[in-house]
Amino acid sequence: MAQHKVNYLAEGGTPVKLTTVDKIVNFGRSNSLWPMTYGLACCAIEMMAAGGSRFDFDRFGTIFRASPRQSDVIVVAGTLTKKHAEFMRRLYDQMPDPKWVISMGSCANTGGMFNTYATVQGVDRVVPVDIYLPGCAPRPETLQYALMMLQRKIRREPAGMAQRAKRLI
Amino acid sequence: MRAYKPKDDVQKKSYYNDRFYIKPTLARGSVYDDSVFSADYLSLKNQVEILDSYIELDHLVIYINHQDNVKAIKHLKEIRAYDFMMELTAVDYLASKGGFEVIYEMLSTSKRKRLRVKTFLKEGQAIESVYPVFKMADWSEREMYDMYGVVSNNHPYMKRILMPDDWVGHPLRKSYPLQGDEAASWYEVDKIFGKEARDIVGPELRDSACVDRYDTNRFARLGHEVNKGVPISEGNEPDTPIRYQEEGGVQLFGKKLVTPFDEIEKTTLKERK
Amino acid sequence: MQVKNRLKPFFENITFEREDNTMVVNFGPQHPSAHGQLRLMLELQGEEVVKAHPDVGYLHRGIEKMGENMIYNEFLPTTDRMDYIASASNNYGYALAVEKLIGVEAPRRAEVIRTMILELNRIISHLFWLATHALDVGAMSIFLYAFREREFAMDLMEDYCGARLTHSAIRIGGVPLDLPANWIADLENFMSILEEQIKVYEGLLTENRIWRMRLEEVGVIPPKLAREWGVSGIALRGSGIKWDLRKEMPYGLYPELDFDIPISDKCDSYGRYKCYMAEMYESMKILRQLIPMYHESDTQLMAHAPEYISSTKEEMMTQNYSLMQHFVLVTQGMRPPVGEVYVATESPKGELGFYIVSDGSPYPYKLKCRAPSFWHTGILQDLLPGHQLADVVTIIGNLNIVFGEIDR
Repeated sequence: MAQHKVNYLAEGGTPVKLTTVDKIVNFGRSNSLWPMTYGLACCAIEMMAAGGSRFDFDRFGTIFRASPRQSDVIVVAGTLTKKHAEFMRRLYDQMPDPKWVISMGSCANTGGMFNTYATVQGVDRVVPVDIYLPGCAPRPETLQYALMMLQRKIRREPAGMAQRAKRLI
Repeated sequence: MRAYKPKDDVQKKSYYNDRFYIKPTLARGSVYDDSVFSADYLSLKNQVEILDSYIELDHLVIYINHQDNVKAIKHLKEIRAYDFMMELTAVDYLASKGGFEVIYEMLSTSKRKRLRVKTFLKEGQAIESVYPVFKMADWSEREMYDMYGVVSNNHPYMKRILMPDDWVGHPLRKSYPLQGDEAASWYEVDKIFGKEARDIVGPELRDSACVDRYDTNRFARLGHEVNKGVPISEGNEPDTPIRYQEEGGVQLFGKKLVTPFDEIEKTTLKERK
Repeated sequence: MQVKNRLKPFFENITFEREDNTMVVNFGPQHPSAHGQLRLMLELQGEEVVKAHPDVGYLHRGIEKMGENMIYNEFLPTTDRMDYIASASNNYGYALAVEKLIGVEAPRRAEVIRTMILELNRIISHLFWLATHALDVGAMSIFLYAFREREFAMDLMEDYCGARLTHSAIRIGGVPLDLPANWIADLENFMSILEEQIKVYEGLLTENRIWRMRLEEVGVIPPKLAREWGVSGIALRGSGIKWDLRKEMPYGLYPELDFDIPISDKCDSYGRYKCYMAEMYESMKILRQLIPMYHESDTQLMAHAPEYISSTKEEMMTQNYSLMQHFVLVTQGMRPPVGEVYVATESPKGELGFYIVSDGSPYPYKLKCRAPSFWHTGILQDLLPGHQLADVVTIIGNLNIVFGEIDR
């Protein structure tokens, strides 16, 4: 994971008073998270298996959308290479607010076993990540648990129109 | 004065080498041991100058001059029925011999035999492309150029294939470090955010042996995950116990829809006690 | 929150100086056709592709360079990540190459278990191919059905080695573990389920008018083009060339097994589809022949070559010299003879080869992985012109390419 100057007080830790409107909006947002299909490498296969019939992803209300303009979450599944980093940031920028990032697997968290010249050492050098998910490859149930954690995180946030910046850049 | 570390081969080396260890070598048979290979060898000898040849592990290995590579491969394909070229790559001998060894791995489906054509290329020399003979050389020679810097003449599209187009350096050379040089480590930050963001993002964390005392707490203990940045002190590790959204009951459907997590009988733990 | 960065919208980068009026479409490195990171730049004249330029390298992780900095045993889990759909086939190819280099043969039971795992991985890979190819062409329910069967097969792999996807189930010199108690019964159960289900898939797709119209005459690879591009595997057998390394240049236990090689003379995607379905039946045939061979074999699992391979755990925990040798092999690594080796095996994607140059040290001097999907992607630039845009997705899916292999 990168050593960033992160805005620690923005979320996580300090309790926020949530109104009923916030609760309803967060209920809606968390239960219908639409991920963008961002399968890069082996973790993509486990993400697809999570969408299959044994570990059904549809029961969370998630529908995999191909276009960044119609998705909420981006599940970065697999190794991000330096050639691809530019495109990943571009697609992240194209997503409308509110958006979240789940970094799935060791390669997306920290570069994984590929401690080499061509691998970005952690997808959080490029985009701000909300949930890190360990494993190589993580089981589909782990991905679903991460989604549940993201849902809990979303429900804690106030549902204002603009998201506060998660990082300085 | 610090110790001199040679820069022409920065790959990992064995830290202990036995002084008296004699390295065994794979057995090399003569070409005439196998009838098919000897026919191939004799036929090829009339066309090009063969510098060396032997049979190693069921492969016929032939060394030729780099100027003859298209001629030799064309002859092998058309006359000697080696209809597939399986592999085309280079081996880096810059430090020891001052050049690259380009290898062509060929397969004959009718004779069920494999053949390796090798040629030595000095640093800075270019090799003639075998694209007119085998189309697979289109991509293989691009990869050879990208990884080693070996240029192929008369190639339809001599550009980088695996690395980005503006990459500096040839990664598979022995003088290129595994973790990348200075340009490589800041590549994505420079491209996306600009050089000014280098301090904000920070250098890459390449130490795979680094262990954070709270890695386990933050990551792997289900139900006890802690947000990054929340201060934790030993003994006071905060808890985020697993809870379901519907635990307090859902508004229209009444209470007790879901058994709270604590009340669920943990049968396995009881047996283990 | 939109953070300003240096990436400009793409239309500011394009120069509008084209004389012809073809449309340039960028099939970007991320697209939902589930095949990984292929960037295809297509020039379209209406709906027809005039020029195609595939761009790879978006998953290049430097696996070959890692191989030059790791000892032979350490590199084995990295080979898993190459063809990540059938991981054990890469492990087997690599282990076979190193075993040939050091001159060691795996014992009988290890060979039987390895072949079982290989054929099971072949079934897993073909089921995945069917699922994603059908999903791309439009038959979405096949995706769910095939993934259900694949889950049962992955349960078997998980029972054996603990991992669903990246197995590392094979070691240099044999296999580390014996089959668990009920594995063979579960395997037979799985095969009976799979046989019925493959009939269901064939019933859904083979005579389906839409499927045939989408797949026939699409992606025709003439045999001459296939030979020039170094195409192997089912893409070659679908062009009428009867070449399967398991039969023609056999390795391991394949000389003793009885199975057929399905080929198709049609050279198009439909022929390849029929080959894939037939190969699943052949793999099951092989697995059934292996079950009695397993019961008859002796229990040794790793080859006995103390210079290169550690001994069994029982011996290591009781004999001092075994422990010392194991320590040296794990910390320093085995030192194979000086020389070069190229060994190719038939992976579900094609001919997977490993070219290892050894200079006698514990670290390989050069390790090149000959991945079949590399040239199967290269052939797209010759294959796609003349097809419609919808056929592009069909062809990419039909050629069964995995980006872990292509970019390594």
